[in-house]
Amino acid sequence: MMHLDPLTLARIQFGFTVSFHIVFPAVTIGMASYLAVLEALWLIRKDAVYVDLYHFWSKVFAVNFAMGVVSGLVMAYQFGTNWSYFSTYAGGITGPLLAYEALTAFFLEAGFLGVMLFGWKKVGPGLHFFATLMVAAGTLISMTWILASNSWMQTPQGYAIEGGRMVPVDWWQIIFNPSFPYRLLHMGLAAYLATALYVAAAGAWNLLHGRDNPRVRTMFSMAMWMVLATAPIQILAGDQHGLNTLQYQPAKIAAVEGHWSNTPGESVPLILFGWPDMKAAVTRDAVEIPHLGSLILTHTWDGQIRGLDDFPPDERPNSAIVFWTFRVMVGLGGLMLLLGLGGAWLRWRGALYRQRPFLWFATAMGPSGIVAILAGWMTTEIGRQPWVVYNVMLTAQGVSDHSALAMSASLLVFIVLYVGVFGIGITYLLKLMARGPDRQTGATAPAEERPGGRPSRPLSAAPDIDPTAIIPGG
Amino acid sequence: MTLDLPLIWVLIIAFGLMMYVVMDGFDLGIGILFPFVPRREDRDIMVNTVAPVWDGNETWLVLGGGGLLAGFPLAYSVLLSALYIPLVLMLTGLILRGVAFEFRFKADEAHRPFWSKAFAFGSYTAAFFQGAALGAFITGFKVTGPSYRGGALDWLSAFSVFTGLGVVVAYALLGSTWLTMKTVGQLQARMIVAARWITPVLLAGIVIVSLWTPLAHGAIAARWFSAPNIYYFAPVPILVVLTAWQLLVRLNGEPGAVPFLLTLFLLFLGYSGLAISLWPNIIPPAVSFRDAAAPESSLAFGLVGVVLIVPVILIYTGWSYWVFRGKVTDSEGYH
Ligand code: HDD
Ligand code: HEM
Ligand code: HEM
Repeated sequence: MMHLDPLTLARIQFGFTVSFHIVFPAVTIGMASYLAVLEALWLIRKDAVYVDLYHFWSKVFAVNFAMGVVSGLVMAYQFGTNWSYFSTYAGGITGPLLAYEALTAFFLEAGFLGVMLFGWKKVGPGLHFFATLMVAAGTLISMTWILASNSWMQTPQGYAIEGGRMVPVDWWQIIFNPSFPYRLLHMGLAAYLATALYVAAAGAWNLLHGRDNPRVRTMFSMAMWMVLATAPIQILAGDQHGLNTLQYQPAKIAAVEGHWSNTPGESVPLILFGWPDMKAAVTRDAVEIPHLGSLILTHTWDGQIRGLDDFPPDERPNSAIVFWTFRVMVGLGGLMLLLGLGGAWLRWRGALYRQRPFLWFATAMGPSGIVAILAGWMTTEIGRQPWVVYNVMLTAQGVSDHSALAMSASLLVFIVLYVGVFGIGITYLLKLMARGPDRQTGATAPAEERPGGRPSRPLSAAPDIDPTAIIPGG
Repeated sequence: MTLDLPLIWVLIIAFGLMMYVVMDGFDLGIGILFPFVPRREDRDIMVNTVAPVWDGNETWLVLGGGGLLAGFPLAYSVLLSALYIPLVLMLTGLILRGVAFEFRFKADEAHRPFWSKAFAFGSYTAAFFQGAALGAFITGFKVTGPSYRGGALDWLSAFSVFTGLGVVVAYALLGSTWLTMKTVGQLQARMIVAARWITPVLLAGIVIVSLWTPLAHGAIAARWFSAPNIYYFAPVPILVVLTAWQLLVRLNGEPGAVPFLLTLFLLFLGYSGLAISLWPNIIPPAVSFRDAAAPESSLAFGLVGVVLIVPVILIYTGWSYWVFRGKVTDSEGYH
């Protein structure tokens, strides 16, 4: 069982803080692009529905962004506080990547965020749109750098080992390492998909609660198109990602599949369900489909992949965990596809906004993108164990020398703070979304905006925005 | 000619940290002044003066951390391990403060006072532990090879507590002079009074740290008080006194931006004094920045980005401040 030694505590702390973090960036990335699309549509079509939606979602965006920033700040420092030997050893490579992320992405996001959220009356519509675009670009650039760094840790290349540390030799190879394009595509799609599911759920919830108006319909419709488009691409991208992983991290795929050993000439089945037992080195109670494993992973009828028995016991990732996290992700991917197809069918039948069971399904799928992202990352990271830099440095070699006491105390502080603060923040987000987009362009807006005289804030500055002041005749 | 890459990088990081102190200092200062401004409308105005820019200000801290990891991975590892507890506490402060910006306005009426308190508490915590970390940094660390060898509580001393309080006072002065520039009427008058009180306290703090440091560290005393150094460095303390005096004089009438700029200059002088004391160590008392530098290929790669991108960052950050220039009078929304 688990020993709460400093290493385990450091891993729990990293997993805990990064899991909280990624929930926010995923939505930040998707939402920033969504806002840019809304503003573009508004500028082109001059339809107030789009600007209403922009203001509604920018409130959600602002709260989400703040939580993304503060939880990210912790990540940037954790490499030094908790993984100091990893940073000394590999910092010459991961450091410049993080510095580039700050230079090219974080400043861009932060620098234009103020104008995007507060600048409606300070700059013209063109410049404002430009600010929104810069924020959206910043989130995508940020994703690119951090995934380059993570992918390099998964499939390292372009380095030499000199004087007891890793030295960069070829930056092109470091950034464009073998797993990077797959991970970038897969994570980018995941962020868009997760955001679309979020927006769809808010739309469905409002439709279910009698708030059927053009704003709610527009956002629900846009989100359903997005799910329909991205879910199938994501499944294809995931398949390709898996083939790439099979090539570079065969132990991870063996663990994901719960596959222990091969008999010569025999195909690999796909284990649907089962219980991988790390001690006995078998997957118990397996429900299998013959040949399907070979078909998916080698694209041949009888192909074989390496089993976990091929690897020494101390180099096997924990199959019991990644087997299941992977199935959660893939299962949810299937449900997302179903949601997209169902939406298309209902749209064609003219019942998209009325079919209540479907609307409940869409509401329930709201968090599924986030859950799939967490499950995906757990598969990736736990499947990389025991290495922190794959085949180069063990996780156990990277951890700082803190005492178990200091590590437990800080972990406790983070758990209490995160659960409290981000828990409340997520509650605010849900409340905001459940209330739905108000009509904010009319003269009566301020009264609606302020039930019980609650002062609106600059971010909820909806009442202050009079689109006619920005677009002549709009 | 070959570039002295480690030297350039140490200057870059010093620049990034100074930008951080200058820029995040005044918005942390606003939280520090919160308990002294009871009216809610006034508090809303105070927050509105920095709401559009605070995130960008905090990004300098990320660049400081990222730059240190890129340029001096050894220093990043050792310093962050040694300062584990104050840094974790600083981060908790920044988390509370950062979310309180948003939550104060999203919360129900009943929860608002809680988030106002969280905002102030987070600001105090972040400022104090930054100062405490600074004090521990001046005092120095036990290091062998690539490892920190001291204990988890080595950072804690009378000196580091004092520097922690000093940073709280310094940020309060930055906050009050910023608000003097950005507000009008009663709130502005209150801030001018605050700045008048804080200036002498800060000056006293600077004097005490300036005496305490060389008294405790022979090497630093030797650096300052031996000829000919003493002649080169003498302008620093003289300028400190002159600046503080000017600051008090200029807090009359409609002071505009001058007190804020003088406060920035004061902090810049303090920062220079520190740099003089500690040069060339990046892990005091014994590891110089050259010993901790990253491989050349890391430094060169990063430098390209810094040279090309930092000017652009300064331009659009400046533009954003320009968009939001002028007095803030409305507690309800930003017009
Ligand atoms: C796929 C995307 C992604 C991933 C895997 C990560 N992040 Fe993140 N991060 C973002 C995408 C992002 C973002 C979208 O760019 C954020 C979210 C909100 C924001 O302001 O930027 C962000 C914010 C953010 C910030 C605050 C930036 C600021 O002050 O504006 C820091 C310091 C980090 N991140 C650092 C990290 C580290 C060290 C990670 C690795 C463990 C990490 N992030 C994983
Ligand atoms: C953002 C989404 C991510 C999630 C949800 C995630 C999840 C996890 C989890 C669960 C662990 C613990 C694994 C274990 O102990 O078995 C872990 C470890 C780790 N991950 Fe990630 N990770 C993410 C992104 C990243 C990124 C982008 C990086 C690097 C830039 C990274 C670097 C690390 C490191 C250094 C560790 C600690 C060493 C280790 O236990 O492997 N992770 N992560
Ligand atoms: C349904 C088909 C899917 C397949 C076949 C698939 C495949 C994979 C594979 C093989 C990995 C591990 C790669 C590695 O560790 O090297 C992975 C990781 C991941 N998956 Fe999926 N995936 C699918 C659906 C989804 C969905 C629907 C989402 C989220 C909306 C998602 C989000 C992620 C994330 C965030 C990661 C971790 C980052 C990465 O390594 O790319 N996946 N996926």
